[in-house]
Amino acid sequence: MMAYYREDAKVLSGGMSLIPLMKLRFAAPATIVDLNQIQGLDYIEEAGGYLRIGCLARNRAIVRSELVRSRHPLMSSAAPTISDPVVRNRGTVVGNLTHADPQGDWATVMMCLDGEVVARSTEGERVIPVSQFITGPFSTTLMPNEIAVEVRVPGATNFGEYHKIERKVGDFATVAVGVALQQQGGSVSRVGIGLTGVGPSNIKCYDAERIVSGGGLNENTIQQAAQAAAADSSPRTDHRGSEEYKREMVAVFVRRSLHAAAGIRAA
Amino acid sequence: MALDEIQIGGLGARRKRVEDARFIRGKGNYIDDFKLPGMLHMETLRSPIAHARITSIDTSKAWMTPGVHMVITGDMAAQHNLAWMPTLSYDTQAVLATDKVRFQGQEICCVVADDPYIAKDACEVIVVEYDPLPPIVNPKQALAPGAPIIRDDKAGQTNNICYTWEVGDKENTERVFADESMQVVSQDIFYPRTHPCPIENMAIISDYNSATGKLTIYLTTQAPHIIRTAVALVAELPEHMIRVIAPDLGGGFGNKVPVYPSYVIAILASILLTRPVKWIEDKTGNLISTGYARDMYFHCDAAIRKDGKIQAVRVHADTDNGGFFSDAQPTKFKIGLFHSIFGCYDVPYGYLTAQGHYTNKAPGGVAYRCSFRITESMFFQERFMQTCAYEIGMDQAEFRRVNFIREFPHRTTFGFLVDSGDYDKCLDLALDKIDYDGFKARQDAARKQGRLLGLGLSCMSEPLGAGNSREYDIIGIKMFDSAELRVHPSGKAVLKIGSKTQGQGHETTFAQIVTHELGIPADDILVQHGDTDNTPFGMGTYASRSTPTAGAATAMVARKVRAKAKKLAAHLLEVSEEDVEWELGRFYVRSAPNRGVTITDCAFAAYTNMPDGLEPGLENNAYYDPPNMTWPFDVYVTTVEVDPETGEWDVLKFVGVDDCGVRINPMIVEGQLHGGLAEAFAMAYHQMITFDSQGNCIGSNYMDYMIPTAWETPHFELYEVVTPSPHHPIGCKGIGECGCVGGPAAFVNAVVDAVAHLGVRNIDMPCLSSRVWEAIKYKKDVSGTPPLPGQ
Repeated sequence: MMAYYREDAKVLSGGMSLIPLMKLRFAAPATIVDLNQIQGLDYIEEAGGYLRIGCLARNRAIVRSELVRSRHPLMSSAAPTISDPVVRNRGTVVGNLTHADPQGDWATVMMCLDGEVVARSTEGERVIPVSQFITGPFSTTLMPNEIAVEVRVPGATNFGEYHKIERKVGDFATVAVGVALQQQGGSVSRVGIGLTGVGPSNIKCYDAERIVSGGGLNENTIQQAAQAAAADSSPRTDHRGSEEYKREMVAVFVRRSLHAAAGIRAA
Repeated sequence: MALDEIQIGGLGARRKRVEDARFIRGKGNYIDDFKLPGMLHMETLRSPIAHARITSIDTSKAWMTPGVHMVITGDMAAQHNLAWMPTLSYDTQAVLATDKVRFQGQEICCVVADDPYIAKDACEVIVVEYDPLPPIVNPKQALAPGAPIIRDDKAGQTNNICYTWEVGDKENTERVFADESMQVVSQDIFYPRTHPCPIENMAIISDYNSATGKLTIYLTTQAPHIIRTAVALVAELPEHMIRVIAPDLGGGFGNKVPVYPSYVIAILASILLTRPVKWIEDKTGNLISTGYARDMYFHCDAAIRKDGKIQAVRVHADTDNGGFFSDAQPTKFKIGLFHSIFGCYDVPYGYLTAQGHYTNKAPGGVAYRCSFRITESMFFQERFMQTCAYEIGMDQAEFRRVNFIREFPHRTTFGFLVDSGDYDKCLDLALDKIDYDGFKARQDAARKQGRLLGLGLSCMSEPLGAGNSREYDIIGIKMFDSAELRVHPSGKAVLKIGSKTQGQGHETTFAQIVTHELGIPADDILVQHGDTDNTPFGMGTYASRSTPTAGAATAMVARKVRAKAKKLAAHLLEVSEEDVEWELGRFYVRSAPNRGVTITDCAFAAYTNMPDGLEPGLENNAYYDPPNMTWPFDVYVTTVEVDPETGEWDVLKFVGVDDCGVRINPMIVEGQLHGGLAEAFAMAYHQMITFDSQGNCIGSNYMDYMIPTAWETPHFELYEVVTPSPHHPIGCKGIGECGCVGGPAAFVNAVVDAVAHLGVRNIDMPCLSSRVWEAIKYKKDVSGTPPLPGQ
């Protein structure tokens, strides 16, 4: 169907972004391709070294999944902060990623965890890292004839926290910070740090990640990583808060998460 | 034997709301639930910009859209003398813009079509050309030299001031301030624009029957009788041929008192097309164009004696009134009952001035869950009292106690008469429940660990239940209210009231008043309201006035009915009326208490066995003109913890003590307090309607205009004190709005208290985490609206 309708069609999974856009008359697609009748796309499973999330897996299912919690606690930490219960019951992880709202939480989480989108079309299947999948506000590298059928996350992490300041449940983040780590003994073998709501798009903090993966977790690297993440952010002053505030909160939350990971009580 | 009043649902019974049976089953009837044969649908085109001259309006494509029946412009409305309409503050308001648009969201055209989607599509093909003018978004800009005159339609209007007003004793106030032994404390505080945002937006079906000439208006309104009279006067239609039906209201909170432009056009369209026309407003339309509240700047000076007694206050308020001065308020006042400020304190002298300003924002100034600008006065009062206590170095509770009034009735410094109260008892109870002394110790200990705890106190009384007719009227109609009671032969009754429920549970509580007076079980009394063909004239529901006025009328009419029943009882008992005594539900012979007849017996006799010379039937009506307003007293106290790194704050505990006199139904009182306090919390925590420099409304949907969910809303712990109103027939006072009026200051005071040791005295609402963080980081006040792009 997507091969036939191409740009005229919008794919509907949870509808938690598409329907409001249509209600506000920002979107008026000629055709809606509803995936909800397709059986078997709501899986959450581990296979081939990946945690795989099917495109009809709802946020609610992520919140409840023990598998997710054991493999990537960052996902379990972020999922309950996605909007409100009504949206979580309908909305999907993959739908959130393909909508590519710069305020979306899942893109940040997936950037932290090196997630990949599996896109399928009549011509075949391809795998796109989330950091390359999202190209800007509401824009992705998904082709008009493709449907994103899965997001998958490699390996496992044993620490993850998603901190979010929101004015109320359901609001977009004023600032949100995701931190994921794989620690063995005293060393950090994998780290992901990402930001939501503080730039034109979701931000992966490469510098902060390098500081932690290179130097391990100590008071010095934690402070440096927090400052590096704040420097990576480019927030805008708006009715949710000032630029200065948002930047400072990035540092606060990176610091808090890394302190928690290192078992250091906040000063 | 007298009946058990609680058991039959009388005064004080926690009777379940009879309305809920239909509400929780989805069986309520709101305007959009009504579908009339041949009904058409209307949509309103609104201005996307805040201030501009209209150079042309081309509706030709809309007229050509299939399914469109009529496109109405301001010029067409003008042919029927309806391009402008009067406001409730004796100003004029554009119905459809002809010359200029004066705020974003202003009504320009209306389209009537077969369905609402066609009407909306047709609105989108109307081409309006604008010549933009500089937008004015606050009073400061309105007064700036060279500012464009927003109301250039008004002859003689040479600036953007819409009113000035003053009250008090200027000379003596200045004399006190000149006394050098006084400590003077001053402060500026801003109460941002908020919106009542009922879940059901504005909605109307206008049905004009050309054969009978009858106009039936289904309208979501708090004041159906006033609307009927207003329509009769504005549209020059015969009032007896107008019927206003206000069915279940999906909330109102003051937003549903005024007449809105789209109502006028829907009525006009139904008359021109002779078909029913329905208009259902969308949420954005509601938030950007209908009656807002607050938006007031406050300055106050207090002269305080060494012992903490306030000797004089100087108050100035600037209001931002939007494009048209359409505050809903009694005629005599320009800033509502704002001068009720300091009403619970013994302040010998005061002088209050106020000035209103036209701006390029939506008009309104409605009494959002308050008795006409009282929320502002109580918020400012209690925020300022906290500041005074800090500045003179006195304990918060003690400072208030020193200044409380204790003799009643008390004439306030600005002229109100406070009827009754027991303030110390309420304050003592509240401080005990919050563990006031213990908390102060915990606060000190926490600070040493770098944690920030704060306690906020708010004490207030407000005049509720306008009016008396000498002082209070709206568009000339005196502010009384009414009730009509019919007791059927079998002893069941129908009560019709002039007021109208907007969700407070009148159908439950007004029956309880009749039960209290007559002993008829509440379940046997049907309460009707909201249909002008079927109820006596009343002023509607707002300003916590229903129980003080229509509730009083209900008690009075029940007493009239009881007086007649007594005559019937005497006849049945074959004794003279003087020998008949009353106990709940029963008349008996004084000398032989076992000989009696029930109210049901009397009702049956009224239709079957009347004495000679007595009219048949058992019914009557009463119009009640209150001698004074009722004065509840409320203490709200809350504790919070502020995150010193992020500025986020959580409520630790909230205690409310309310004295609203006699409680008809304590459960409903508590429910209303919960609702009001949730709204208070919303304003303090995150709610605002503000504007960018271009006059774009920030807060035009529920994403940006936030209503707290169960997640954010704190638990409210409530207690009661009962000081009956001395003049209300059953001792009741208004209560529905107290939480919303007194609550905001408690929350903000608590947040400010948590950071007061840093020298912070003010954080203007909403206390968003970013603003609290700024106060902590820079150790300074954070005032005005939050930062916005483009400012």
